[in-house]
Amino acid sequence: MKLENFFKKVNGQSFMLSVTIGLFAVMYIIGMIVFASKGFSNLQVFLNLFISNAGLIVVASGMTVVMIAGGIDISVGSVVAMICMMLASFMEKGGISAPAAVLICLLTGLVFGLVQGFLVSYFGIQPFIVTLAGMFFARGMTAIISTEMISIKNELFLKWATAKIYLPFGGYVNKKGTMIYPYIYPSVVVALIALVLVFAMLKYTKFGRSLYAVGGNEQSAMLMGLDVRKVKLKAYVLNGFLCSLGGVLFALNSCSGFVEQAKGFEMDAIASAVIGGTLLTGGVGNVIGSLFGVLIKGTIETFITFQGTLSSWWTRITIAALLAFFIVLQSLFAKAKEKK
Amino acid sequence: MEPAILLKMRNIRKTFPGVVALDNVDFTLRAGEIHALMGENGAGKSTLIKVLTGAVDFESGEIYIGDNQQRIVNRSPQEAQKNGISTVYQEVNLCPNLSVAENLFIGMEPKKGGFIDWKTMKKRAKEVLAGLDINIDVSANLENYSIAVQQMVAIARAVNMSAKILILDEPTSSLDDDEVEKLFNLMKKLKAGGTGIIFVTHFLEQVYAVCDRITVLRNGALVGEYEIENLPRLELVAKMLGKSFDDLEAIKRGNIPDVSGENPLIEAKGLGCTGTIKPFDLQIKKGEVIGLTGLLGSGRSELARSLYGADRADCGEIRMKGEKLAVKSPLDAMKCGMGYLPENRKEEGIIADLSVRENIMIALQAKRGVFKLLGRKEQEEFTSEYIKLLQIKTASPETPIKQLSGGNQQKVILARWLLTHPEFLILDEPTRGIDVGTKTEIQKLIAKLADEGMSIMFISSEIEEMLRVCGRMAVLRDRKKVGEISGEELSSENIMKAIAGGAGNAGN
Amino acid sequence: MPEIKGRIKKITSHRLFLPLLCLALVLLFNIATTPDFFKISIKNGMLYGYTIDIINRASELVILSIGMTLVVAASGGTDISVGAVMSVAAAICCFILSGGEHSVSQYQNPFALGIILALLASLLCGCFNGLLVAKLKIQPMVATLILFTAGRGIAQLVTEGQITYIRVPGYKILGSAIPGIPLPLPVFAAVFVALITALVLKKTALGIYIQSVGINSKASRLVGLKSSAIIFFTYVFSGLCAGMAGLIASSRIYSADANNIGLNMELDAILAVALGGNSLSGGKFSLLGSIIGAYTIQALTTTLYAMNVSADQLPVYKAVVVVLIVSLQSPFAHKLLQKLKSRLLSGNSQRRAA
Repeated sequence: MKLENFFKKVNGQSFMLSVTIGLFAVMYIIGMIVFASKGFSNLQVFLNLFISNAGLIVVASGMTVVMIAGGIDISVGSVVAMICMMLASFMEKGGISAPAAVLICLLTGLVFGLVQGFLVSYFGIQPFIVTLAGMFFARGMTAIISTEMISIKNELFLKWATAKIYLPFGGYVNKKGTMIYPYIYPSVVVALIALVLVFAMLKYTKFGRSLYAVGGNEQSAMLMGLDVRKVKLKAYVLNGFLCSLGGVLFALNSCSGFVEQAKGFEMDAIASAVIGGTLLTGGVGNVIGSLFGVLIKGTIETFITFQGTLSSWWTRITIAALLAFFIVLQSLFAKAKEKK
Repeated sequence: MEPAILLKMRNIRKTFPGVVALDNVDFTLRAGEIHALMGENGAGKSTLIKVLTGAVDFESGEIYIGDNQQRIVNRSPQEAQKNGISTVYQEVNLCPNLSVAENLFIGMEPKKGGFIDWKTMKKRAKEVLAGLDINIDVSANLENYSIAVQQMVAIARAVNMSAKILILDEPTSSLDDDEVEKLFNLMKKLKAGGTGIIFVTHFLEQVYAVCDRITVLRNGALVGEYEIENLPRLELVAKMLGKSFDDLEAIKRGNIPDVSGENPLIEAKGLGCTGTIKPFDLQIKKGEVIGLTGLLGSGRSELARSLYGADRADCGEIRMKGEKLAVKSPLDAMKCGMGYLPENRKEEGIIADLSVRENIMIALQAKRGVFKLLGRKEQEEFTSEYIKLLQIKTASPETPIKQLSGGNQQKVILARWLLTHPEFLILDEPTRGIDVGTKTEIQKLIAKLADEGMSIMFISSEIEEMLRVCGRMAVLRDRKKVGEISGEELSSENIMKAIAGGAGNAGN
Repeated sequence: MPEIKGRIKKITSHRLFLPLLCLALVLLFNIATTPDFFKISIKNGMLYGYTIDIINRASELVILSIGMTLVVAASGGTDISVGAVMSVAAAICCFILSGGEHSVSQYQNPFALGIILALLASLLCGCFNGLLVAKLKIQPMVATLILFTAGRGIAQLVTEGQITYIRVPGYKILGSAIPGIPLPLPVFAAVFVALITALVLKKTALGIYIQSVGINSKASRLVGLKSSAIIFFTYVFSGLCAGMAGLIASSRIYSADANNIGLNMELDAILAVALGGNSLSGGKFSLLGSIIGAYTIQALTTTLYAMNVSADQLPVYKAVVVVLIVSLQSPFAHKLLQKLKSRLLSGNSQRRAA
């Protein structure tokens, strides 16, 4: 009974976000203590969280947008794989320049989102069925482009991928006596810019607020004069675009395209959003929370790398367990609210 | 001086397949008045509101706004809003996950350089609310506030969108007395400012507390428009229920057996369910037909649901033949020998895609449990038996129930419960929306079942029909059981007086 | 004329019309491209041929689609974890039988123990899904998405990331054939599961309970049905079906390949249910329809293989089919069709009037 009262009293949104940030902090501190000898406290380790998850940050932002509007998209992993493969194939086999290839890929994502959004909002098909089909479609397309792995060797693209941007602080002196500053790649900058833009869009534009209204109560949103179907369509289009942008960033990190790439990525994106406080039922969420969701996932991965002997599958299982935990937490809050 | 006219609706006609929902109805709203729109189920109130707000279209008639000679047609709620008509529903149609300020301004947010200007928005929200004496934190989410406050925010939104005509559709249904008082103050304030308010409610007390004028509808037709001082409560009830005063004595009652000597079959003590029905005591005897009467929303269905376990009671106890029952779900109630025909046939009664046979057998089957499937032959036998007994018109027992007419669907549901041979059967509006012939059949059936020893709870909006079959009636008002009438006392007039309550006798 | 029209309408509105039509289309296409499609030969006492191959290969899908049909009917949602649960069952069975080794030529533990524990694991997976969906009211796809991704991870952990081989002749029987019987054993397994399910649905009230809850859960509650218990059961059953399918798939390759067993099967199973004429939003269902749907999809798969489409590329075509079928079922499409119909009819009458 006491627990029930607790759920009633506490404001769900801010509580979930603080749980997430707290969880991240605790995990990171534990990491610094347990793996102190392996240099976990090095600033570069923290920055690597961003470097290896730049794509996920963008994709999770897109997922957050769709989920706020009350939808979901489980095709994102496959779309990322398709984008990577397209980039690789265009540049290595098609002889297309890097900027052109990126542009085509971004457009493809936009169209993909448009089709999915149209089926969801105008045909009224459950978003799951549509995006499940989208998931298999994109994965299959990846295989149609090439079943062999293609490595990206395009000079310009690799330059983008490996251009180190050093931070002006936080350096340390290595054994040879030179000062080494921590660095990030351009992909991180792009990801963070995208994140900030989505954040601003959600908070400061009419479209952003409409997303919350539609996700909160579709009927009311309609009665208040919003074009619900258009808002949903736009959400999927934006998500499609962000997904392809995430795919490009992912490719900058992996520099290759292959069929099995980004398997289970949809789970990472959904889990990041949910862990970050986005409600599965829509209407609540923000990308800052999702960023922390991504960082938690990254930290788990880092743990497993530092530990050395655990299978990488543990990442997947831990994320799934975390997702299950947060889903249960959400449903407890929802039940408490109903009783109110 | 006659106040300016804000809205004129003339000869509005609207039909749904098989029903005339509005038959040349007129309605007039003046500036600075609170105008109650009254009527029982199926009277056409909500259709009239929907026509006005553009939620449904209408076949003929005219709507004029103000002095304008130009007819208007609202094709959508948005268009109605542009014409200065706003509606606030019982279920607040705002977004609880957004802040109060946003709920006031969504769709028309103040902007600066293309972006939403939160500072201005909050400031203006504060001003709008302060103007209506609502002092709350505008940056908090709407869901943090009570329904009453949410409703006031909804009203503020409407007012802020320069609504001259405000429709309040049962706004007080989920409010407590204090909150109602606050809402009334707000309404009076708006009225003083010249807004015309259409107030739809089932609470008579409230009508007499704030309204200036009443329009009564019945069965899709206009009964009349009255000034409040010229229409005493009792007369209002009579007009709503469709009995002119002179006819009241003319109703004849059939032979109703005396059951006063019997032991009670069901006994409820202090049974109640927070938010739906206040604690009540009730005894039902074997072979008795007890009526529940009261206006729509008075708690009559809710009382029945709490007996049946459809809404789980949170206080009090039920005894059956002196033994205490633990009714936590409908299945428990069924196992104790109860049956319940719900009010909303389409949403809670029929299982649309299943056949007549399956719809009949499902309750008995659920009672028997999953492993004891009724034999196909047995099913066919009792199905054809009940089709014959109740004269259900269906192409075959295998026809999906959704293809039957409303009356026949209702008979199928009746058959479903009769098959379980309940000792106590609750019938919630079994005759609503079905033809006269079937109505009479059902009334006869109820009398027959009672003769055979079944106890029946009968709920209906038609007093005449209840008088024919009920030996005793419990009266409900404002979600509370307020009394019982039986024997010689049982007459239309007395019932209406009891329903009207309070100063209802002032008219006599 | 009207008589023929009426008869045509009667045929086209029959529940099994869509699945049978699709099956016929796929078969017709095959006959056109492969003349000896229906040819069946006997080698070493076994039947061989395209059709036999399709029927054999479809076995796992048939079993999955039976479980999926009930899940869809009761909850209006789908269980997308079935493929992953297959691989979990296979991994557990092989892990028990191999005693933790990666390749054995002798059982390290009794065969029955492996099978029972594998089925128990799949049952548990079903319980997990059922708990989330029926008790916590999580949307079915999100709930099952958890096992969809984590399931393979669990399977990988059990097999330690390697393929575990059980090189015992007895283990292959489930996926191949018993000497002397001309048809492969998986075919019988599928028929067996189908018959048992059909029998249970026919002899108990479960079928009507599931449909009632799927059509109108409010009304079902008032007639005394416990909808959450019924929905829970369907997910458990779906898990069990996935477990059985996983064992057959594992026996075929006498190993547990956590990455590939049951891969992409969830889409096939959903497609089978939709092709079977069942609405994906729940309610009335036809088990036979789903089974026909499953065979149709396998026929389609085999056909596409024959056209040199690789396994990786298949999902593209299936995804398009899913979207087409579901779009046709949608209210939007119904409206469009009706508009078209009325336009055609009015065109006719105008012509007649002229």
